[in-house]
Amino acid sequence: MKNHKLLNMIKEAQSKNGYVSEEAIAQMAETLGLPMAHVYGVTTFYSFLSTKPPGRHVIRICKSVPCCLKDGEMMAEAIEDILGIAPGETSTDGRFTLELTNCIGACDQAPAMLVDDTLYGDLTPEKIGNILQSFD
Amino acid sequence: MPEKKILLKDIDKIDPGNIKSCKGGFKALKKALGMSPEEVIQEIKDSGLRGRGGAGFPCGVKWEMARNAEKDEKILICNADEGEVGTFKDRYLLSRNPFLLLEGINIAAYAIGAKKAYIYLRAEYRYLLKGLEGAIAQAKEKGYLKDLDLEIQEGAGAYICGEESALMNSIEGKRGESRYRPPFPTQSGLFDKPTIINNVETLSNVPVIIEKGSKWYGKLGTDESKGTKLFCVSGDVQHPGVYEMELGSELQELLDLAGAENVKWVQVGGSTGAVIPFGMFQRPLCYETVLGSGAVMVFDATRDVVDFVYRTLEFLNEESCGKCTPCREGTEVMVEILERLVNGDGVAEDIDILQNLSDTMIRASLCGLGQTAPIPVLDTLAYFRKDYEDRISQSVFLKTLKTVNGGH
Repeated sequence: MKNHKLLNMIKEAQSKNGYVSEEAIAQMAETLGLPMAHVYGVTTFYSFLSTKPPGRHVIRICKSVPCCLKDGEMMAEAIEDILGIAPGETSTDGRFTLELTNCIGACDQAPAMLVDDTLYGDLTPEKIGNILQSFD
Repeated sequence: MPEKKILLKDIDKIDPGNIKSCKGGFKALKKALGMSPEEVIQEIKDSGLRGRGGAGFPCGVKWEMARNAEKDEKILICNADEGEVGTFKDRYLLSRNPFLLLEGINIAAYAIGAKKAYIYLRAEYRYLLKGLEGAIAQAKEKGYLKDLDLEIQEGAGAYICGEESALMNSIEGKRGESRYRPPFPTQSGLFDKPTIINNVETLSNVPVIIEKGSKWYGKLGTDESKGTKLFCVSGDVQHPGVYEMELGSELQELLDLAGAENVKWVQVGGSTGAVIPFGMFQRPLCYETVLGSGAVMVFDATRDVVDFVYRTLEFLNEESCGKCTPCREGTEVMVEILERLVNGDGVAEDIDILQNLSDTMIRASLCGLGQTAPIPVLDTLAYFRKDYEDRISQSVFLKTLKTVNGGH
């Protein structure tokens, strides 16, 4: 029961630093009296939690079937053209990290992506370019 | 049958940021609070309402089990972890009319005797959080959700957390792995307390049942599938979106509404849903036949069946929590085989292995993910076997070419 705040603590650590560092994991483990492996295990279970420092903004492009049917693979290509990064990479200026994600529940607006917590749908390469420009 | 709007009746008139726009809202709550909790449960039981998240368990029966559980403290969880591929109806309800859900939550909590409730919101829907918090604050200000501690717990990105036992583990701060059952959540769920987990759409059906009565509601739908259902249409259609139809409506009617042409197959219910080939679109959509989460993914004649199954199993493999071997390893091997087929490297035995593996996974997996992951494989093998066989014969042909070239 005492551990039930763990997920929220991990999320807090992530929102503070952008990722969950080893030090943060050690600290949470100590606070809750849990093995570090437990905290690490919970952190790495969830796809929105990261143990590596990401860019200032995280782009998550949907790779599930409904987006694929709407030429979803175009999203990764367009972003690679603009930012020069492939999925899993961070741009050299530290602005963006690109990730592939499973269905984000925007299949009526496919192809779709999330940038941080904002949803963008009905995407075209031009739209993607404009959206990325609006981030610092 | 055309669309039948009950949940979505006034959706265009509602300002999700203003509770006052929800005319006639919370009337059902007032009525429910004038009834005994047992009467409310009986009304829901009589209505025939079943779970809208995919599993279809009778809602009133579940409530009764939790109410009758011996422990005093009961918990209600609204499952808003809508991760099923092709499903976005809960997003639609949460973003367009959160008040309807809050009314349903309030009635459900009253009926089962819960003082604590959670909305488990998936991380992908974080942009809905503010609106939902605002709606809760407004409802509280109006005097609703009284005596109920309602908390929003955000997920962190895991499909499996839509499965109720994994969801409870996630709220408890653990990895979202499925639990062995029994004990069932109604006996011993979140923090070992009797727990009800209901989907957003299920709870959104509750107010209209209380307001208009189970007899009225029971007239909609089929014998075992009462009411309406929100269908999420995506893929090769002109008008993707959410359509509310009476349960038992024909798939073809929905395809016509969404403007689907030249359809080769449809997957109903999400990534583990049934695959329905052209020629079978007269099938009614209901619990007796096919339904699941209400996702309807449409594929036209230009689409490749084996590619589709490969992508689907790749998804399920990634999202398997890894706790039980049949699901963890079964989805892994299926992906290996399908990848082989897609890349022109298949062998004649592949179809048999897929079939044997499916049988084991269905029988031996711990939860719904592994038990249903083989459905798209088995269905496509039944209806599109030739597509698999063609892939294999192409693979064999390509290999002979490699041998010939290698001889030079």
